[in-house]
Amino acid sequence: MIHLHNVRKRYRRPDGGWFEAVAPTSLSIGAGEIFGLIGYSGAGKSTLMRLINLLERPDEGSVIVDTQDLTGLSASELRRARQNIGMVFQQFNLLANRTVAGNVAFPLEIAGWSKADIQQRVAECLDVVGLADRAQHYPAQLSGGQKQRVGIARALAPNPKVILADEATSALDPKTTQSILDCLQDINRRFGVTVVVVTHEMNVVRSICQRAAVLEAGQVVEVLDIVDGRIEARSDLARSLLEAA
Amino acid sequence: MDAITLTDAIVNLSMMAPEIWQACKETALMLAIGLVAAFLIGGPLGFLLYLSQPGQIFAHRIVNGVLGWLVNLVRSFPFIILMVSLVPLTRLLVGSTIGPVAAAVPLSFAAIPYFARLVEQTLREVPRGVVEAAEAMGASPLQIIAKVLLVEARSGLISSVTILTISFLSYSAVAGVVGGGGIGDLAIRYGYYRFQTEVMVAMVLLLVVIVQIIQFVGNRLAARLDKR
Ligand SMILES: Nc1ncnc2c1ncn2[C@@H]1O[C@H](COP(=O)(O)OP(=O)(O)OP(=O)(O)O)[C@@H](O)[C@H]1O
Ligand SMILES: [Mg+2]
Repeated sequence: MIHLHNVRKRYRRPDGGWFEAVAPTSLSIGAGEIFGLIGYSGAGKSTLMRLINLLERPDEGSVIVDTQDLTGLSASELRRARQNIGMVFQQFNLLANRTVAGNVAFPLEIAGWSKADIQQRVAECLDVVGLADRAQHYPAQLSGGQKQRVGIARALAPNPKVILADEATSALDPKTTQSILDCLQDINRRFGVTVVVVTHEMNVVRSICQRAAVLEAGQVVEVLDIVDGRIEARSDLARSLLEAA
Repeated sequence: MDAITLTDAIVNLSMMAPEIWQACKETALMLAIGLVAAFLIGGPLGFLLYLSQPGQIFAHRIVNGVLGWLVNLVRSFPFIILMVSLVPLTRLLVGSTIGPVAAAVPLSFAAIPYFARLVEQTLREVPRGVVEAAEAMGASPLQIIAKVLLVEARSGLISSVTILTISFLSYSAVAGVVGGGGIGDLAIRYGYYRFQTEVMVAMVLLLVVIVQIIQFVGNRLAARLDKR
């Protein structure tokens, strides 16, 4: 579903040199998989994830999502392709002046859906995340966990093939974290959506991922297989992340 | 100046009612033209100032630099000097340099960059992440402006309009004295040149009431639109 071929991302340092946030990296994520990107702060997890929907454009390499090479698309083609890739954020990033239903409707308005279709789809998605009774509330009236459910419903609304979640549970307590992870897993199983999660917690990986790439200094150190919640770590980095969990 | 009784003052003022009403209409006209110009030109300019900043959707160093410089340039003119400098332009546009419509030319000139800065600052308060979420969903720049920035910043924009209106009510008094007419002009002509202090006092009280009303309505509207 997602193929990154030798993608590389560098930033200019203030001293004029280059900082390599993502070293040339290749990664393939299968359809229907829940894939983790794990590593310590500054490892390049977010940057790598943002390359998938081209929020960051790679300096080199290609990004193929659902057989389409995003790096070659025009601005309007890219916008259409992005409607196929939902995104969930650590800080939720909901529109404060729109209701819960209005937030979930947003990507559908962007995609040009009819009013009737939007209404029906919003209700469906709020049902999936268990927030049907909050449709007319504003984000300020919700708890963190509920806000993130709205974020997930919003990402799910346009029937995307892929959902990207960047530290979606890092602002939440352990119990709420588990319920959000369950929600993502539920969506993955019911609708076959490919899910990519960025996290610094091995517990998140253990709880929902089938595979996870361990990152350090912009490079994939190893790709872990998670079988029945068991993780076989070969690298020191993966082991240290496991111990921290 | 002879002291007058309250009764005399009220009689004087009531005899002047038509003139006061005329002055109110002139002030309203000056203000209306200035505000409309500020919305139509200053508003989009403020969006452009914001959107051309580094990291924004139309990031463009040169455009941002030139616009910022122009805005600062006009804003650095003391208003009275701006009025005098714009006399030739006013004559060209309006055919005269007296009356409220003529006075509205320099008022508009001052209001446009002032409002542009207010809009720019208000838009900066919209969290970057919210705009980014819209980009990630495939929103076009126009959709981001209409459905994200305008909606999320609406209460701040109302507050900006309130500030603009009150500031320019005061500027319009200055413009009035230099041939525009209006409440400020009336206050100076009678209260200062003809020593009818009651006219000055009454006009100031009138302005105080107008300002309070504008601020009250602005606050209420801003609060109602704010769901944060
Ligand atoms: N726009 C940018 N300009 C310059 N440097 C950047 C930029 N974005 C990211 N970086 C740098 O790239 C590196 C990787 O950043 P990234 O956000 O991908 O890390 P991360 O693994 O997600 O960390 P965290 O867990 O703290 O979110 C960091 O050192 C960061 O400072
Ligand atoms: Mg990150």
